[in-house]
Amino acid sequence: MKARIKFRKYGVMKFIGHLDVMRFFQKVMRRADIPIAFTGGFSPHMIMSFANPLGVGVTSDGEYFDIELTEEIDMQAAVARMNETVVEGIEIVNMVPISDDKKQTGMSIVAAADYLSSLKKGEFPKDWKTKAEGFMKQPSISIVKKTKKSEKEVDIKPMIYKFEVRDDSVYMLVATGSVDNLKPELVMHALCSFLGVDTESVSFAHHRLDVYTNVGTEEDKKFVGLDQV
Amino acid sequence: MRKLALSDDILLKIEKPARYIGNEVNSVMKNKADIDVRFAFVFPDVYEIGMSHLGIQILYDMLNRRDDVWCERVYSPWTDLDKIMREEQIPLFALESQDPIKDFDFIGITIQYEMCYTNILQILDLAQIPLFAKDRTEEHPIVIGGGPCTYNPEPLADFFDIFYIGEGETEFYNLMDKYKEWKASGKSRKEFLEMAAEIPGLYVPAFYDVTYKEDGTIESFTPNNEHAKPVIEKQIVMDVSNTYYPEKPVVPFIKATQDRVVLEIQRGCIRGCRFCQAGMLYRPTRERDVEVLKDYAYKMLKNTGHEEISLSSLSSSDYSKLEELVTFLIEEFKGKAINISLPSLRIDAFSLDVMSKVQDIRKSSLTFAPEAGSQRLRNVINKGLTEEIILEGAGQAFEGGWTRVKLYFMLGLPTETEEDMKAIAHLADKVARRYYEIPKDQRNGKCQIVASTSFFIPKPFTPFQWATMLNKEDYIAKANVVNHEMKAQLNHKSLKYNWHEADATVLEGVFARGDRRVSKALLEAYKLGCIYDSWGEHFRYDLWMQAFENTGVDIAFYNLRERDLDEVLPWDFINIGVSKEFLKREWKNALEEKVTPNCRMQCAGCGAASFGGGVCFES
Repeated sequence: MKARIKFRKYGVMKFIGHLDVMRFFQKVMRRADIPIAFTGGFSPHMIMSFANPLGVGVTSDGEYFDIELTEEIDMQAAVARMNETVVEGIEIVNMVPISDDKKQTGMSIVAAADYLSSLKKGEFPKDWKTKAEGFMKQPSISIVKKTKKSEKEVDIKPMIYKFEVRDDSVYMLVATGSVDNLKPELVMHALCSFLGVDTESVSFAHHRLDVYTNVGTEEDKKFVGLDQV
Repeated sequence: MRKLALSDDILLKIEKPARYIGNEVNSVMKNKADIDVRFAFVFPDVYEIGMSHLGIQILYDMLNRRDDVWCERVYSPWTDLDKIMREEQIPLFALESQDPIKDFDFIGITIQYEMCYTNILQILDLAQIPLFAKDRTEEHPIVIGGGPCTYNPEPLADFFDIFYIGEGETEFYNLMDKYKEWKASGKSRKEFLEMAAEIPGLYVPAFYDVTYKEDGTIESFTPNNEHAKPVIEKQIVMDVSNTYYPEKPVVPFIKATQDRVVLEIQRGCIRGCRFCQAGMLYRPTRERDVEVLKDYAYKMLKNTGHEEISLSSLSSSDYSKLEELVTFLIEEFKGKAINISLPSLRIDAFSLDVMSKVQDIRKSSLTFAPEAGSQRLRNVINKGLTEEIILEGAGQAFEGGWTRVKLYFMLGLPTETEEDMKAIAHLADKVARRYYEIPKDQRNGKCQIVASTSFFIPKPFTPFQWATMLNKEDYIAKANVVNHEMKAQLNHKSLKYNWHEADATVLEGVFARGDRRVSKALLEAYKLGCIYDSWGEHFRYDLWMQAFENTGVDIAFYNLRERDLDEVLPWDFINIGVSKEFLKREWKNALEEKVTPNCRMQCAGCGAASFGGGVCFES
């Protein structure tokens, strides 16, 4: 059977990169005696797949990975056992059974994620909150995307599903996953250009709130958290 | 939540920030208010190397068992962070508390190899502590060194307050108690060092004066303080089964060099290879009880979540319960997808059978360490591996499906001739020939025999401690002889030859057998910018040569001179339990090409029986 595990990543753990987080959870599985399934062959490895990698420096309340189990277990007890063997900065939120259908796992169903971004260094103009209301009213939001080979201009507006000022932060719901993937720092850079702020003079803290799948249609999207499917 | 010593901006700018944040599984956090002694344990190399070291894990666990001591870890900041810390004047901090170590009570530095010496100066410098022991006051931590290089601590004597000679399990608690007593008394730093000097195995270099003869050799080495012992006795644990060993070693987030559970099955080695310092230092051989080890295997795998377990010792095949232990590990853990790694096994039917169970034969290779190419030279170095044994082992392995063999040798051994060098190529070729004796339809294509050579460096407390070294050009000439001969072999297409550069060898030689005067060159090299000398990309031979020239330290005096048997050696004040008379006898046996049997076959009377245990009292 398969299960989906939701966890939080906060504090100093934001400096641990995606591959090392995967290695960390492989060891958690062993420490917490989770009956995880292995692949065959001479060097078997755990059947475990992560939904969407989180950038180094970003914290999150909604990270996910799927595992295959060799037997049915009490998931609440498993969550408690895992939480006993993690470190400060990682917390298992829940564990839910999921369909065995391959199409329902991992990366493939991720469609969006929402973030809170706030200034860590530097300053915004005093009236930025009022000005920011005009950000999504632009006909398009162009940014220059650098790849290894070239630079190209992309309109990111269609990938921003929600954008609003909340207290001193910016809340955004953006396209995430293997089709379209928009990182919060790109949105904040576009906002800087819009506000006339030099991007070199500021830096941001990004916090992911959750990762979603689309249960609606391409035209009429309806997002639900990966643990609510 | 913990506050980090480095800002987010810095951590996101440098390579692998996980090296500096602590917080690892099984790392120990304590409440500062309850602590009497703050101890920073330093491995002077990058995190991934330092985290792989068993010794620190043992002593970290041991010290943290005490409620009044908090032992934390420190590794060398990599060059990217080093630069930022200097520019921004950020003091070096410990991983757990993230507090500056200049405010600690102790800085303990493990000294594992000569090429980390500039990194030791980097640690003190970044910590913002005076480099010289004589410049430190009551405000500064006590800087104490330990580990294999402290068996000749003299090149580092000016930089350390204390050296601990021997295994840390025995006297550290005593030292902590004495320190607390002193701290409460309000006495001077010197008075504390006098208390420490009376603890067995502890050496306070400031309490000794060295005078030199006109020819540059040592005339006298004498205590100048009544608390200092004329001879420092090596400290070792005799009951290795009932002592400190970590059930919960710290698990790094990033991949360390040794990313696995390490079971230390024994200390010491019965073999008595004459070039090997560890083989002499850790005498007598002491085995851990097999039931204790099984229990540790369970607990450590459970507490770490590691997917691999490895045995550690100088010569695992000599562990008397090896078969029982290995069979247990395979039966218990193979089904749980735990890898079992078995280094330094003698190749025979048993080890081949075990290896075929735990490794993928197609991918793995077999390793032999004949160390010398000819039987004559192997007799000189007392390496009991014969050509017959190698060919027999390789033959069995080839028939079992292996196709790759690695052979390790040393060049520049005492008495070595051109014939001995060429014999390396001949031996490699014979191994290949043995492979091609297997009928074509029964073998897996070609074999690959890789021979590697390093250059021999005479080390203190070995029978070769009096031997001469060579200069860089002569070393390279030797490698060329081997390379040329390799190409002339029948199976040269199946042979591969690798050799080490000789630059670092020369330096290692100077610091392995140097006296207090070589510290000048070390400090100068550091000031010129040398750091991470064991890392090829950072090693600056040119700067090192300039440092020797600037300070007038003569490399030839330390490396190229044949030492007289009566000469006072810089490390003579240490007693490792193996007598100098034995070493002299072994040096003579070497020159006469006479083999000395191993400890289990026949006691050679080295002196280590004075410890009253281990292999000396087995029968």
